[in-house]
Amino acid sequence: MKNINILIVGVGGQGTLLASKLMGKIYIDAGYDVKVSEVHGMSQRGGSVVTYVRAGEKVFSPVIDRGEADVMISFEALESARWLPYLKKDGVIISNTAQIDPMPVIMGNAQYPENILEKIAATGVSVISADALSLAEQAGSAKAVNIVLLGIAAKALELDKEECISAIRATVPQKTIEVNEKAFELGYNL
Amino acid sequence: MEKKLLLGNEAVAQGLYEAGVKVISSYPGTPSTEITEAASKYDEMYSEWAPNEKVAFEVAIGASFGGARSFCAMKHVGLNVAADPLYTASYIGVNGGMVCAVADDPGMHSSQNEQDSRHHAIAAKVPMLEPSDSQEALDFTKIAYDLSERFDAPVLLRLSTRISHSRSLVAVSERQEKELKPYKRDVMKNVMMPAMARKAHAKVEDRNEDLSLWGDTEAFALGVNKEELFSDEIGVIAAGSTYVYAREALGEKASYLKLGMVNPLPKKAIVDFSKKVKTLYVIEELDDIIETHCIKLGVKVIGRRGIDDLKREVFSPLGEYNQSIIEKAVLGTEKECISLDCEIPARPPVLCPGCPHRGLYYALKGLDLYVSGDIGCYTLGAQAPLAMMDTCVCMGASVSALHGYNTARGKEAAKKSIAVIGDSTFIHSGITGLIDIVYNKGISTVIVLDNSITGMTGHQNNPLNGKTIKGDPTSAVDLEALAKAIGINRVRVVDPFDIAATKAAVSEELAAEEPSLVISRRSCALLKSVKHPKALVVDSEKCVGCKMCLKVGCPAISQKKQENGKTKAFIDPNQCLGCGVCTDTCKLGAIKTQEGGNN
Repeated sequence: MKNINILIVGVGGQGTLLASKLMGKIYIDAGYDVKVSEVHGMSQRGGSVVTYVRAGEKVFSPVIDRGEADVMISFEALESARWLPYLKKDGVIISNTAQIDPMPVIMGNAQYPENILEKIAATGVSVISADALSLAEQAGSAKAVNIVLLGIAAKALELDKEECISAIRATVPQKTIEVNEKAFELGYNL
Repeated sequence: MEKKLLLGNEAVAQGLYEAGVKVISSYPGTPSTEITEAASKYDEMYSEWAPNEKVAFEVAIGASFGGARSFCAMKHVGLNVAADPLYTASYIGVNGGMVCAVADDPGMHSSQNEQDSRHHAIAAKVPMLEPSDSQEALDFTKIAYDLSERFDAPVLLRLSTRISHSRSLVAVSERQEKELKPYKRDVMKNVMMPAMARKAHAKVEDRNEDLSLWGDTEAFALGVNKEELFSDEIGVIAAGSTYVYAREALGEKASYLKLGMVNPLPKKAIVDFSKKVKTLYVIEELDDIIETHCIKLGVKVIGRRGIDDLKREVFSPLGEYNQSIIEKAVLGTEKECISLDCEIPARPPVLCPGCPHRGLYYALKGLDLYVSGDIGCYTLGAQAPLAMMDTCVCMGASVSALHGYNTARGKEAAKKSIAVIGDSTFIHSGITGLIDIVYNKGISTVIVLDNSITGMTGHQNNPLNGKTIKGDPTSAVDLEALAKAIGINRVRVVDPFDIAATKAAVSEELAAEEPSLVISRRSCALLKSVKHPKALVVDSEKCVGCKMCLKVGCPAISQKKQENGKTKAFIDPNQCLGCGVCTDTCKLGAIKTQEGGNN
């Protein structure tokens, strides 16, 4: 397999870390070398966050730069736009349709761009969008947005469904397994 | 052998375990925190959070005196606090091996400066190792203990954000238990007075030469330093994260001299490598330390500057590198990328919904104060719309710098100025500044934001919250009694969600012509033990869209267009924790509980 670069972006507090940890585990279980780069500290406080997952025969750098990501999993529409330059021209973006106003927009000092996902699709990249919050709530918890998106990504990346589910079982807290499995299914079967 | 996907920090902790380390003392600081958090999960090692990095470092020295392998961890700026013991520990050396991990933050993901800790290793004349992935983080940690005991020196382990916070595969093994080394009183070695220190300094200079030679020889046998030859055109000297970026960017188009020991640097290995390639690059984040060393050796390199055109900047001293920066600088090629043709608003970090700091800042906003700030989540209050901070320098500076400001500007300034400092930061180094105020007859007002946890670094217990690193109960510092004991007569405790009472109490303390300590006490909203009321709602009949509620800077409140075209306040039920600070802003009573009451 050629190295695969997955960018996971969102707003601090949305659960991007768990998604990246799970993605890393799925590739390791499949026998690949993996590097996952996380962000801790200041940027978790509602700021724009990005984590990188890289897998392949041998991975050196833990980071992904502009024009290098094969797939972007985005938890929020504006963040999809912010990190778009990191996606390859023929890349795939899996984006939550949720819109979370950043403070400059709340304060009226900036505008939240309109029809972001349509604009992104117009650049030629493949866009798979979903209302992950509704699906997560359907699964039983608003917090399962990350697992819904992971489910959609697993399908797009042609990952083995059972291996993904066993990685989820091994990683999430015991009492949330059922909800998370359901969330994964809802994303996978979208 | 079992392989695990570990953070660089977790791999260091596993290395400590395998090396038979017995005593660990650290102060949290991004990106170093998870080393000690992970280490505290192993029952074979004692671990603790110390009040600050100097204490942590000294605990580790003491444990080394006592014959145990010991450890401390801190972020780059923390090593400044611990620099005093470091420089003399270098002279003394060790009994049990001692290692201090220091994590730099190129790009300042979560720091107030971008200093390069290698300068401390050079100045203190101690060996420094720098891993480039999690496996090396584990391996180098173990090697650091062997080096420490063999060369009689404390060893620094340099990490950076991308090494500390990246996960990669690590082969783990069993712990090698180390018996305590016998303790023997040795005044000439362990008591640093001028007569002893003069001899020790000479020994340190010799040690540095021996270590440099080790870097040229055994370091290669152990794989700490290594040469990878692919090309005779391009050569790269790099260490840590820049090695993996260079390896990614240039692959087998270049040869590499990878340095795992970054102080002291080898000599012969660099000169030999330089002869094997036509063009030699030194690639290092932050300062040009390896480059300067090469120049001293008479080796021509391209680094910060070109060889022939010294005005041409090749690699920047600013920020974090990646493979693209290196590809562009060395090969001149760039990857294509796409972007949207529209403005993308920034998304800076903000105080969380339900954060007690928001209540305090909002309560004091109208008082037009000079706010001497400090390091922690509450530094986020510097940004609009709260905009409640004038200065922020380093841990503890809010208190002492307020005293300086008020001494310079006089009594009237003291009545219009405060210091804000978190509970953990106050214990770290705010208390000394407060003693300075009292002792020197200042009248400043200091506010401790006591949220029962060390917040920004991800929830560590501290001496004020009555819990050890493992969560076991312990005695808590009585802040009110402490303030009284140092001579403060005016100590007040306020609830930052009670806006009116907080404002009144602080106003009274500002007016008083003696020092005051105000404790703004409410637990961090993210603590699992904190129960929150239901999310608040906006009564759109009453809301006129005046935007006053936006002034609290809460990410849960925004404006939304209604079906009738009017814009009204909207509270996101998934974010709101019902703290009620925003209700104080709404003169129309439009923000209500779900039952319809006014909070």
